[in-house]
Amino acid sequence: MADAAFLALSVITIGSAIAALELRSLIYGSIALMGTLGGVAGFFLLLDAPFVALFQLAVYVGSIAVLILFTVMLVKRELIFKKIEDKRRKFAGIGLMLVMMVSLGAVFLDSGIKTITTDEPATNFRDIGTDFVTYYWPALILMGLILAGSVTGALVLAKREDVENDQRVN
Amino acid sequence: MTNELIDFTLVSVAMLAIGIYGLAVKRNFIRMLFAVEIIINAANLNLVAFGRFLPHSGGQTLALFSIAIAAAEVAVGLSLIIVAYRMYQNVDIADFRSLKG
Repeated sequence: MADAAFLALSVITIGSAIAALELRSLIYGSIALMGTLGGVAGFFLLLDAPFVALFQLAVYVGSIAVLILFTVMLVKRELIFKKIEDKRRKFAGIGLMLVMMVSLGAVFLDSGIKTITTDEPATNFRDIGTDFVTYYWPALILMGLILAGSVTGALVLAKREDVENDQRVN
Repeated sequence: MTNELIDFTLVSVAMLAIGIYGLAVKRNFIRMLFAVEIIINAANLNLVAFGRFLPHSGGQTLALFSIAIAAAEVAVGLSLIIVAYRMYQNVDIADFRSLKG
């Protein structure tokens, strides 16, 4: 049975996930998204994975949410507060969400993973570090290259062609 | 541990369903990016939960890789939003139909 911390975290996570999609203002929406990401970091702490939790806080709450917030600020003010959605699709979307929740939930409840419990100690973060530099080292190098390539690509994409250099100085 | 694997899995299912609802209903490019982030986090939660209960260190390692790749994806996605906003002065994806080619 779940304890109180788990219940509080799941209410925060799912509630702010709905708020992130439904709040009228995009700025409040991105702050609610921060709540979701922080809630998932709390789940990682409950799962005895403090290293992943801190990574989640540093990368998601620290950088991605702030990046989204700055992008929202670059958009026109009317667009931030305007809700753009298909009215006809809204009920179909809610129906799809409920069908997915019920059917996937029923599959998981019926699948026998309810019986999985563990008494073994949690994975030490030293094991993860050893895994990274021994078994997974090609993937680690590839991940570094992908990160560098994507950041360079993002800079090239977002560069303005129509602004001259002397205008930029002013 | 008092929390069981099925509890984490059900939270993850709820987050996945909310993310798919957002992708299906919203037409705002930035909101759709929010929905994608929520889905990625549901997947990460599942990875770490199964890695804890099986138990195997691969779950946490894969979750770390997934978080790093998601950071790259968000950087590219946001710069695409900025480029599209500069071209169309809007973030409504219905206006981006001419990108279909």
